[in-house]
Amino acid sequence: MKVLFSFLAVILLILVATMGAFITNLHFVFGIIIPYLAFAMFVGGFIYRVVKWGRSPVPFRIPTTIGQQKSLPWIKQNKIENPTSAFGVIVRMAMEVLFFRSLFRNTKTELREGQNGPELSYGSAKWLWLGSLFFHWSFLIIIIRHLRFFLEPIPFAVQILESVDGMLQIGLPAIYLTDAFILVAVTYLFLRRIFVPQVKYISLPADFFPLFMIMSIAISGILMRYFYKVDLVAVKQLAIGLATFQPVLPTGIGPMFFIHIFLVSILFAYFPMSKLMHMGGIFMSPTRNMISNNRMVRHINPWNPEVEVHTYEQYEDEFREKMKKAGIPVEKE
Amino acid sequence: MYKGGKIFASLIIFAALFTIPFFYNMGKVNAGPDVALNTAAIQQLPASEQQCVESPEFMRANHMQLLNQWREEAVRNGQTVYVNSQGKEFEISLQDTCLKCHATESASKPAVLNNPVSTTAGVSNPALNESPEFCASCHDYSAVKPLCWSCHFEPKEATK
Repeated sequence: MKVLFSFLAVILLILVATMGAFITNLHFVFGIIIPYLAFAMFVGGFIYRVVKWGRSPVPFRIPTTIGQQKSLPWIKQNKIENPTSAFGVIVRMAMEVLFFRSLFRNTKTELREGQNGPELSYGSAKWLWLGSLFFHWSFLIIIIRHLRFFLEPIPFAVQILESVDGMLQIGLPAIYLTDAFILVAVTYLFLRRIFVPQVKYISLPADFFPLFMIMSIAISGILMRYFYKVDLVAVKQLAIGLATFQPVLPTGIGPMFFIHIFLVSILFAYFPMSKLMHMGGIFMSPTRNMISNNRMVRHINPWNPEVEVHTYEQYEDEFREKMKKAGIPVEKE
Repeated sequence: MYKGGKIFASLIIFAALFTIPFFYNMGKVNAGPDVALNTAAIQQLPASEQQCVESPEFMRANHMQLLNQWREEAVRNGQTVYVNSQGKEFEISLQDTCLKCHATESASKPAVLNNPVSTTAGVSNPALNESPEFCASCHDYSAVKPLCWSCHFEPKEATK
């Protein structure tokens, strides 16, 4: 049911996109206005969400560590998994962001039939890590590759990336490795939510919707490249027009382009209000981005109220004369 | 806000990354490639000959597949005649059919075309040139590197 709901939502969006693609009068809306709106919603919404998160208090030192902490000099510290310096934290975060270090340590838990009844057993589970890694890296490379439509002249790095991506030189236009990888990976991530009972149980429409969106974006892109071709030069003119704030709408681009860009726009607009915000959120994970100096440094709760104190010096200042008269010794004369 | 400085710095980096296209293209003119579809070579042809091998729309979308097909026909099957969708016959040849019209003004000297390895004063055959402008204008614009010139290159001895 949850799957069906997301699926129908995406189908509805594709139908809207198709309508926009085939009605020429709507091309201005679908090719220019919606992309601008989506971009503004993406960047604005992203910043709003991050600032909102940033305002929430982080009272405790809660780094979760998986290595030997700094201790006696002859005990070797794990400087990355239990960092006591900013550099260690940066390396740790980079490992997390670029290689999904904590997902790599994912384990699965199973009840097995043992000799004396069921036994709890743990095993490594790397498939999710592998699937995510392929998915995210392919996505990143695809986004960078798309810069060839937005930049003129095209930077050398983008061209290199593209030629590496198409290095197998299969077919014409050459098949991109990342296109295949992202389809396989996103299909895996989807099937996992269908076939693993525990994962299915906790999956929500908001989990399936982005998967279907990304799947349909990838498929529309592939269809556009190989089957329902569009006029690339016109597409780039439109893209540069958007980037220079002098939008142009060349004629005869081809309907597939408008379907693709509409779906991409929806994903971008949806981004800040969805789980996709883990892109920004990962940097704000307190269990990962904190230096593990819980007991090395005194940490004070940032919202501790100002406690009114009356120190002995103040007390003595106040009662000094009376104390002297009563013969009580004072520290300052 | 806690760690406000770091968060704002990161957000500025984020915004900068996603607005690269705006800054990169700032002040530039949105000029598409200059495709010469009406060169002197084409104008000299009789009106009936001015139509390309297939329709412009077809060529725009499928020229790479057509060239691939031509290569297979000519190099692997020994077939040198292409019959287009209107039943018209063309010789399967990149140099003698495609580049007859689609070459740059300066490079399309017939004498050079007929003799690919001729060494006349460094004027190179467009087919052997790194990038004849007709192809390059669009291909550079959208960063698509054709593989034509990895075979159709001028032997180094020819330029000596």
